[in-house]
Amino acid sequence: MTKVGGIKRTAVILTTVTLLMFGFGYALVPLYDVFCEVTGLNGKTGRISNAEASKLVVDNQRFITIQFDSNINGNLAWKLKADQNILKVNPGKFYVATYTVENMINEEIVGQAIPSVSPQIASLYFKKSDCFCFRNQVLKPGEKKKLTVRFEVDKDIPKDVESLTLSYTFFRALKDNKKAS
Amino acid sequence: MSSQTIADHDHHDHKPVGIKRWLFSTNHKDIGTMYLVFALIMFFIGGSMAMVIRAELFQPGLQFVDPQFYNSMVTVHALVMIFGAVMPAGVGLANWMIPIMIGAPDMALPRMNNMSFWILPFAFALLLGTLFIDGGGPAGGWTMYPPLVLQTGKAFPYLIFAVHFLGVSSIMGAINIIATVFNMRAPGMTLMRLPLFVWTWVITAFLLIASMPVLAGAVTMLLTDKYFGTSFFNAAGGGDPVLFQHIFWFFGHPEVYILILPAFGIISQIIPTFARKPLFGYASMVYATASIAILSFFVWAHHMFTVGLPITGELFFMYATMLIAVPTGVKVFNWVATMWKGAMTFEAPMLFAIAFVILFTIGGFSGLMLGITPVDFQYHDTYFVVAHFHYVLLTGAVFALMASAYYWLPKWTGYMYDEKLAKIHFWLSAIASNVLFFPQHFLGLAGMPRRIPDYSVQFADFNMISSLGGFAYGISQLLFVYIVIKCVLGGKKATSQVWEGARGLEWTLSSPPPFHSFTKPPKVTKALMDY
Repeated sequence: MTKVGGIKRTAVILTTVTLLMFGFGYALVPLYDVFCEVTGLNGKTGRISNAEASKLVVDNQRFITIQFDSNINGNLAWKLKADQNILKVNPGKFYVATYTVENMINEEIVGQAIPSVSPQIASLYFKKSDCFCFRNQVLKPGEKKKLTVRFEVDKDIPKDVESLTLSYTFFRALKDNKKAS
Repeated sequence: MSSQTIADHDHHDHKPVGIKRWLFSTNHKDIGTMYLVFALIMFFIGGSMAMVIRAELFQPGLQFVDPQFYNSMVTVHALVMIFGAVMPAGVGLANWMIPIMIGAPDMALPRMNNMSFWILPFAFALLLGTLFIDGGGPAGGWTMYPPLVLQTGKAFPYLIFAVHFLGVSSIMGAINIIATVFNMRAPGMTLMRLPLFVWTWVITAFLLIASMPVLAGAVTMLLTDKYFGTSFFNAAGGGDPVLFQHIFWFFGHPEVYILILPAFGIISQIIPTFARKPLFGYASMVYATASIAILSFFVWAHHMFTVGLPITGELFFMYATMLIAVPTGVKVFNWVATMWKGAMTFEAPMLFAIAFVILFTIGGFSGLMLGITPVDFQYHDTYFVVAHFHYVLLTGAVFALMASAYYWLPKWTGYMYDEKLAKIHFWLSAIASNVLFFPQHFLGLAGMPRRIPDYSVQFADFNMISSLGGFAYGISQLLFVYIVIKCVLGGKKATSQVWEGARGLEWTLSSPPPFHSFTKPPKVTKALMDY
């Protein structure tokens, strides 16, 4: 028995669901970011404000080894090097590490660094108060620059974590990419 | 019924002739036929690509094609087989059978039905056309992972828009099917009396509506990443390539059930017919299908165990994946229990159906192995995966489609097909497909990666065996075309019921059914399904 009004209603409802699901696909993008931030997935690191920083208690008994790693993504003619390979740190105390970046060709280039910390379970306990990442860095032809990162390791970091790796990858900034091509 | 409507029906029976009958068709049977013919053509196009792949892999070293072309063969073979062969074949069967199974005069939205079919040739013109343009077709795998897929040349926008078109077409088909089943059932055809093929298609249609738009979103993001400077998946702009894999497989896992659920429905129609017993556990079949569909949205990350998920995530997705084995086990159990103590005969549809139950189960078991996180690290991206999904898709979905073709051909054409040739076709297919895919399990376990045109010499023997099976399978499908053409042209007249054990509304109509069937809704009683 054909229900004509029913057909129209079903079609309208299902079309709406289709559009909603298209939106849901896009909603997964911010959801994924939130999820990564909460869980520290993907090497997203923690942040610390100055107010919090003043209340820190230093744990002198424990040492954690930080290893510094640096990478350059494909089409960027830069050189990136950590000025220290490792650093032994006490939880709760601030340290400054530096990287040296150098433009190897005769052209002004804009680059941007993306950080990552592993192992994942430790990444949220690695807290930066100041970092050169996610910011456009402009290097003139042949220019050399020192970049600093200021961080502390939270004292609540799981007991079995003895070392962690901080890694930076420099990418050519998107704006610059377009200019170049 | 007033005389006015009767006059209308008379008018409708003068169907347009020639090319207009097909171009402007709003008749579910004609559209179903077009879908099925299109799917068969695509099956051979995709199949010839598989022949290129197996020819190249016949021996180690590069023989026939260059690696880039090989990669585009692998990519386009998958897209053609999934979106061009298996899905349209399923929609074609739905178009043909659902209205006559539920006692409806036609599909609910006949014009949209026409459109959803005619989008397909254009979509595939876009996709297949890329093989002939500068830089060749897409070669980054059908999963379209960035950043690799973003390196596709001129073929890239064609690929994206082809996927968009295919999505639109299948969503329209899905809306039509749900609207038909929910609003046009004959009196007495309650939901729990629906033939199982109709049930599985309703559930498939919901999967399509929920997952296809997500794929459309994902490929749109790829498009804007490449051409409009967004950074959804570009790490340089703060995006993440792994995000694409999450979104893709949120679509991709329901998609594999979109491919297989209609096959479950087909098998659930055929086995009772030839066992001459009602389907064992009808209600549990419906609920099992529904639970497979719901669970399919919570297991996507088992395709990406090796991307670096946290351990809790790996465990969750492993257990959720194991859970799907339960309703699937219920279905296999029910099929076997239906055959138990049945008066079985072994015509071609039944042979394909029994082969489906056995071979699909093998594919299901290798799927379980892949679902175990720690061992997946060994199997990931090896030929073991290739063997697994070809067991569930070729000896699973395609065997079910072959079974359905033989089962319903007499109903569609009015003539019996050549049973002897069909049995030869079955045995050739069954043997060749196992020679083709079984050795690939061993290749995968030994470490041969998928999607490569060349390999180490220790893999040579199994690859040669596999290729021989591949060629045999490919050639034996030509026999199927011959059988279908022969059947369309004539043969022994088919009765309305066709098969002694066939039950249901579609078998009360003449073979072939009239151009407009069930203009007066039939009355459905429980006795219709009795043995």
